[in-house]
Parts: sequence; structure tokens; C-alpha cells
Amino acid sequence: MDLLHFARGLGLQIAIAIFCLGVTWRIASFALLRIRREYSRPRESILKYMLGGLITVGSRSWPHREFIGRTGAGEALGYSYHLGLFAVVLLFTPHILFLQSLFGFGWRGLPSSVITILSVITLTLFLAVLFRRVTNKVMRLLSNFDDYFSWFITMLVMATGLAATAHVGGPYETLLALHILSVDVLLIWFPFGKLMHAFYIFPSRAINGALLARKGATS
Amino acid sequence: MQPLADELAVGDMLRQNGVSRRRFIKYCTGVASAMALPPWMGPAMAQQLQNAPRPSVIYLSFQECTGCFESFTRSFSPTMESLIFNVISLDYDDTLMAAAGEQAESALAKAMHDNYGKYVLIIDGSVPTGAGGGYCTSGGKSAVDTLREAAQGAAAIVCVGTCSSFGGIPFADPNPTDAWPVSAIVANKPIINVSGCPPIPEVITGTLLQYVTTGKVPDLDEHLRPKAFFGTTIHDRCYRRSFYDQGKFAKTFDDEGARNGWCLYELGCKGPTTYNACATTKWNGGTSFPIESGHGCIGCSEPGFWDKGSLYSPLSATDWGKAGESSPRQVLELAAGGIVAGAALGVVSAGSGRLRQYRSEHPLDIDAEEG
Repeated sequence: MDLLHFARGLGLQIAIAIFCLGVTWRIASFALLRIRREYSRPRESILKYMLGGLITVGSRSWPHREFIGRTGAGEALGYSYHLGLFAVVLLFTPHILFLQSLFGFGWRGLPSSVITILSVITLTLFLAVLFRRVTNKVMRLLSNFDDYFSWFITMLVMATGLAATAHVGGPYETLLALHILSVDVLLIWFPFGKLMHAFYIFPSRAINGALLARKGATS
Repeated sequence: MQPLADELAVGDMLRQNGVSRRRFIKYCTGVASAMALPPWMGPAMAQQLQNAPRPSVIYLSFQECTGCFESFTRSFSPTMESLIFNVISLDYDDTLMAAAGEQAESALAKAMHDNYGKYVLIIDGSVPTGAGGGYCTSGGKSAVDTLREAAQGAAAIVCVGTCSSFGGIPFADPNPTDAWPVSAIVANKPIINVSGCPPIPEVITGTLLQYVTTGKVPDLDEHLRPKAFFGTTIHDRCYRRSFYDQGKFAKTFDDEGARNGWCLYELGCKGPTTYNACATTKWNGGTSFPIESGHGCIGCSEPGFWDKGSLYSPLSATDWGKAGESSPRQVLELAAGGIVAGAALGVVSAGSGRLRQYRSEHPLDIDAEEG
């Protein structure tokens, strides 16, 4: 069994199984916790505080007017590389074919040259994100292994993918194997690190927003 | 007395056949260029060939389909006949020779004896070792024994085809004859693998010619293939590459994309992982190659190509064992297994969390219980 065969065969199967196990475990262990009893009288109707939750999902996804000067650049950076990532992952034809082989359906991709340009931009933004993290004193203090490893593994997937597409740094099949292997590692790491924010981010905003709305506060 | 053809140097032989020196140097320069050798190698090859006696070549066929030999006979430049009449002395080839039976066997023994340590051994086909080598015998000898004996006196071994180079189709799972490539059986001899199922005719003759004219093993890649022919992937040199870059792919073999000659990646083309000269040297005297004829590359010059999943699965698709590409049902089953196990773990974690919640909310109750 060669590396490529392992990466997209047994390696991928193990990664998918661990990913599903980990994600379900993390979500279930939160979702099944008892919701703390609120002793105060609800200030709003149940419909309104649920609406408050939905509004918070939107409002927290945009920089607050008062802080836009301080946080705007960071948020723009964050949005840009996330959008770049989504475009590269979901609109590159070989990726679509990979997903099609998993789920049984596909869609139309973007030209490879466009994806290459987007990848280079996204990779640059990734480096900028790391630079910001290590140069900003507060962020540096808040960062731990989880942050750096999550960044590293995502970066590795991007870098090996770009190298495979550009045929730089080794034979194509080796680079492709390393690329898929790095995806396997990312899938395994995903539920146990901060990459899990993909699942938590919107529910947690919605719950916070709903709880605040129940107390009559806006967020 | 006029010397026998076998005793003549190549230059004498060519002069006898009316080939001028100028024409011969042009020919050598052309061959050197086809093999991506430096320009000065053409005249150097001509010089070497003129004075050299024709080297003895022994061609042994083992577990094979004769496709490689068929390919060998279709070389346009240099042609096989120009090679065997002018450049090499093909002393044994059971497919081509008129002799048969004991006559053929004694020709082999004589060639090996007379040219011990000097002959080039060409092997076509994998070497079965199962049943004591009984799956492939000739003249009462097994292929593996014949190979070991012939390899002892060879100056170099040229493996023609994927079967002798990497085991090929006989080596594929479940490998019922316990077949092996030559490199797994012979050690301490220079081996040149000219893989392909079959290899490109000009790659076979070009490699042979380069070896017999320079007397040196050419630069080889990690799979012992000449870099001059196996240095780049088919994808790198493919005329459809621009369509890959533009994201234009044929979805079926008869759709609009296929008719427009778009990239065959989605139809399973293995060009990106296959190292060979198909896209440059091409086949049938440079007429075309499989991709040009509308079919994706099947990666036949790569080790284990038959066991690398479906020929029609895209390279980036999953590859889950013998069945090849995964099915959504398999993925669903795998995910369901993970989800069920994860949910069970989640219930345990949440139960433990609830206990912690309770303890933090009712510290007095617990103290009383413990007291």
C-alpha cells in the first residue's frame, strides 16, 4: 500500500470515523447538559427572546460600530481567509470530485487558475493572521498550543494542496498523498481543538442572545 | 575471407550496407536529441558505434503477453530492424528466432558463454516463483532459474514492460503465481526499467541504443527508469493541460466536453501521477497517444497500477480498497458508526457534567450526605 492509497483509503476512513465520533461527542456532551434554571421573570415573550437569539447571530457577526476602528481590520482578515478557504475547498474541481465520491453529488467548479490565485491570497492572509497573533500582546497571551496547531494544520492543508497543484517540491503523487494525509490529520484534530468553532459558533451566539433577550437586554 | 556479420564493427557493417558517415552522424544526433541528451552526444555516439563490435543482446520472455515485444517491433526511429541488423547482435529471442527446441536452447547457451560479462539481457514479463517456478518454464527450466543463470553473465539488464519492471498485471492482487519483478530477484547488476503496458517502442529502442552506444546506464529515476523518457508526468506535457487549468472537463466519453477535447481528469485520467513520454514521443511514429484518442491515461508505466483503484475514478476521489471509489452508503455507514459511538460518549460526558452541575448548585446537600 503506497502513501496515496493509504491517505485516501484507510487513513481517510479512520479520519472520517474519528471526526464523526468526536463532533457528536462534543455536541452531545454540551447539548445534554441541564439548562440552568432562571429564577427571574422573563422580560419578553418566548418568541421574542428566540428572535433575540437569531438577531445576535447576525449582530455578533459584524464589528460593533463603536469598536470598528480597533477590530475592523482583524475581522476583515478573518472573513477574507474564511471566504478564501470556502472557495478553494468547495469550488476546485478535484475537491468537488472528492466530495462527490463521498456524498454522491457534485457541482460546477471554478477554473483551476482562479483557484490557484485564490489559494495564494488565502495563504498570504493565513500568514498575516499568524503575524497578528504573535505580534499582538493580548492575543499572544491568550493563545495556546490549540490555536497554533489549528492554524498549522489548516495551513499545511493549504500549502500541500497548492504545492501539488503547482507541482512544486516533489512528485505530484507524493504531494497529493501529503495533501490528503494532512486533510486526514485535520479531520482527526477538528473535534478536539478550536476548529470545532465551526459547529459551536452560531449555536453559542444564539443561546447567549436568547438568554440576554430573556432578561430584556440587547446584544 | 570476409568476416561474419557478427564479427564486424558497427561502422564496417554500415559502410557495407551503403550508409554514409554523414547520414550515420545525423541519425545518432537525432537519437541523442530524442533521448534529451546533450548535443555533443550525437557525434560521440557515432564515434563509439563505428568502432564498437555489435554487442550481444539476449531477449528472454517470461510471464507476459508479448505486447511489449509487439510494441518493440513497431519502433519507427530507430527501427527494430536497423537495430538488430546494424547496431546489436540479437543472439536469442524465442519470439523472433527461426530456431526452436534444442537448437534455440543451444543458441542461448552459446550466446551466454561466448559473451559472458558483456551481453545485454532484456527481460519481458514477470517472474513467477510459485509452485517451485512451475508456472512458467521453457526447455524444462523455470523462468526464475533461467533469469538467475542469465543474469550472472549480463553486463546490464533491461526490463521491457511493466511486468518485468514492477510485476505488472501478474503481480496484481491476488498474484496467484507469486510473480515478482526482475529487481526483486536479481541483485548486484545494473537494471534499467522501461515500464509501460506496453512501453513506447521508441523508448525501448532509444534506451537500448543509448546503453549500447555509451556503455553506461542512463540517469535513472527512483524506479530505475531512464529520466530522459520518464522524467516528467504525462499531465505536464499533455496538450489538454490548458483545459485542466481552465477547469474545462469532459464529464462522459461522448459529451460536448469530450468532443471539444477537454481534460479527461474527471473520467479517471492518471496523467498527473504517471511518468512516461506518451505525450511527447507518442505512439505509431508520433501519430497520437491514448489521451489524444479520447481515453484517459491508465497509468500503466507506474508500479502497482492495476491495484490502484478504478481506471475511471478521478485521482482525487476516495479509494477504499478493492471496490475502488467509496459509495455514499459506505460513507454513511462509517459516519453512522462514528456518530453512535460519539453519542454514547456524549451521554456519559453529559451525565458526568450534570453531576458536577448538581454538586455546584447543592453543595450543602452533598456535605450532609457525606457527613
